[in-house]
Amino acid sequence: MYKQILARIRQGHRTIRFPKAVAPALPDRFRGRPCFDARLCRAECRAECRACSDACPVGAIDPLNKSIDLGKCIFCTDCMRACPGGAVAFSGDYRLAARSRRDLVITVDQETLILAQALDRRMKGLFGRSLKLRQVSAGGCGACEADVSVLGTIGWDWGRFGIQFVASPRHADGILVTGPVTKNMELALRKTWDAIPGPKIVIASGSCAIAGGPYAGHDQVLDGVESILPVDLYIPGCPPHPLTTLDGLLRLLGKIGRNGRVSRGD
Amino acid sequence: MTRARAGLAPIHNGNSIRLETIPTLGFGDFQDAILAAVGGGQRVCALFGAGTGKPDTTALYVVLADDAGNGLAAGRTEVAGSGFPSLTPRCPSVHLFEREIAEQFGIRAVGHPWFKPVRYSRSWTGRDAWDRPLPEAILPAVGDFYRVEGEQVHEVAVGPVHAGVIEPGHFRFQCHGEKVFHLEIALGYQHRGIEEAMERGPTARSIHYMETAAGDTTIGHATCYAQIVEAFSLTQKPARAQVLRGVALELERVANHVGDLGALSGDVGFLPTASFCGRIRGDFLNLTSLLCGNRFGRGFIRPGGVGFDVDRPLTDELSRRLHALERETADSINLLWDNQSVMARFEDTGPLSGETVVALGIVGPAARASGLMRDTRYDQPSGIYRFFQIPVSTCDSGDVFARAYVRWMEIQQSIAFIRSQLANLPPGETCAVPGALEPERLAVAINEGWRGEVCHVAITDKSGRFARYKIVDPSFHNWSGLAQALRDQEISDFPLCNKSFNLSYCGHDL
Ligand code: SF4
Repeated sequence: MYKQILARIRQGHRTIRFPKAVAPALPDRFRGRPCFDARLCRAECRAECRACSDACPVGAIDPLNKSIDLGKCIFCTDCMRACPGGAVAFSGDYRLAARSRRDLVITVDQETLILAQALDRRMKGLFGRSLKLRQVSAGGCGACEADVSVLGTIGWDWGRFGIQFVASPRHADGILVTGPVTKNMELALRKTWDAIPGPKIVIASGSCAIAGGPYAGHDQVLDGVESILPVDLYIPGCPPHPLTTLDGLLRLLGKIGRNGRVSRGD
Repeated sequence: MTRARAGLAPIHNGNSIRLETIPTLGFGDFQDAILAAVGGGQRVCALFGAGTGKPDTTALYVVLADDAGNGLAAGRTEVAGSGFPSLTPRCPSVHLFEREIAEQFGIRAVGHPWFKPVRYSRSWTGRDAWDRPLPEAILPAVGDFYRVEGEQVHEVAVGPVHAGVIEPGHFRFQCHGEKVFHLEIALGYQHRGIEEAMERGPTARSIHYMETAAGDTTIGHATCYAQIVEAFSLTQKPARAQVLRGVALELERVANHVGDLGALSGDVGFLPTASFCGRIRGDFLNLTSLLCGNRFGRGFIRPGGVGFDVDRPLTDELSRRLHALERETADSINLLWDNQSVMARFEDTGPLSGETVVALGIVGPAARASGLMRDTRYDQPSGIYRFFQIPVSTCDSGDVFARAYVRWMEIQQSIAFIRSQLANLPPGETCAVPGALEPERLAVAINEGWRGEVCHVAITDKSGRFARYKIVDPSFHNWSGLAQALRDQEISDFPLCNKSFNLSYCGHDL
């Protein structure tokens, strides 16, 4: 007992203060939102040069206008390395989650980013202070699962906001899906969804769940949750950093960010 | 040095040999060679099918490890027609390999005592070993399960969707009251076609398939892949890169072991260690993130070396954080061994005997917890492990306690290793550029991932592309170990036993 108390004192208080205080610092090498520098990726050569889109393993870059689809992107930086003009960079911006698939596609000169907007009043009234989620892994590699479950540990403690994973779909307000949705998991995912009482929400966590990730186009998978369920929140990343997930959920619940619009570099 | 048996070609870990140096044995001789090797204490690392270009003929390859002699050997045979006599009755450790061959190539393992699919998907050849009609979808876990009949015997079915945040799998328990007579595990839900997609590679996606074969073993699988490419292209990788790969592999081990000890603690309701370790594990992941910007090591291992170098301020920062974490980890985990109610739940739960480990070919901490000196960092060293040996940690009781304690010993060894390597990084480059892959060769790469042996075997075709890429995650061997450990246990101990192995679904399903 004595040892336990001593250990408790030594371990100290560990929960981050975000969002009340600033977010914990991420390592310099962290790869957040990618962006094209419009001065280096010049309009006149943009359509000709395909170094970045050819290098991209998942077809996330439009070869003509060089928009990047964050939903497909696995943040591998192969495009950055391939670009002869050094026009691609990865910022430290962890805020990536969005409500609509369109908002995940960012263009070269896009100034305003659209982040996840809050749920409507009725849904916010229902889930704003208590959101119970069932997690379904549908072909994930385990990394997304690990980095969402970490949000329940003392370091992040998303229970502070009433967010929690529950054991049964019957107790849930929605599902958080990881993985590209393998054909072998399709039925189980549908059944889990059906077992959740409405109203309910769907969160697609990670590039696999959004668009198939590295497995996009495989016969064995369905290229993302959207193929069978309507998605309310997309959280990009491979896997998404816990901070990206937390930020997305807090935006969804209306706890941070009003209309979701921020200007680039903000 | 090992002398490979007649008919088998010796090969070193991380090297490639010309295909023609592997003689094609008669089928009987091939099986006899495996039996003789296994009888002499060797292990089957991989046994898999490959196309031959002839429609009705399937090639089978085996890679055997002679751990005592620190050597590997490869063998080959061909199967013509729709089946082959199963070796499983005489050599149980190949049971799942034979089922996999049957599923992927549509040939029957005749006489296999439990002949079922592995991942519930169509074969690559258009044939079907179970004669399932084509238009019908193949559904996972549909089919016969082992059943115990009798008064008061009942069946419990769990999954694929479980109560926790965990990957999908289906578990069938045959119980008498609370006691489990038998557990059968049906997987395949995570099957996303990685091995198939690797064929004709390398492509831009290859490394990413490897990094996500089992997300918590990103470094383990990516290192094997990098070594395969290097072996085919005869690339000399820089010393600095080899050391950094070792550092990353040990960080991966520590993070997962710490996380699992915390989860084991949570499973027996001992919350202090559970919550401390949950946080500490994340901080170890953050060390990997310092190296490469990703908590799971994405982008760190690249063919030819590593994707990121470290400078002095970074090694200092890593060492500083490691030092603090080491004390906190010890503080947190040592609470377990001092706590009687924890120990009462850990001890004698889910025992796995050394004989079972040998018979089933169990690898990693689960094997070492049952008294086996089986650690490929020691037995089949590659890279930095050829120069710096990490002592092998073993226990002998084979129960949950042993599997937990082995992990604790390994955490300490790995931290010491990382610390000493960071202090003595060799200077120089961190990445060489691998050239084209040599045609018609076979390469083997083995690393000790945190769950045990990660084994990749690849074959190149005439144009130097992958004709076959075989991945064996340690979970492929070890799932049967979990099933055995559950026999005669209380069903309520399942979560605890399961966590003590903590096997990968996606690594198995690929
Ligand atoms: S970072 Fe994203 S956009 Fe760039 S190559 Fe990788 S997956 Fe494609």
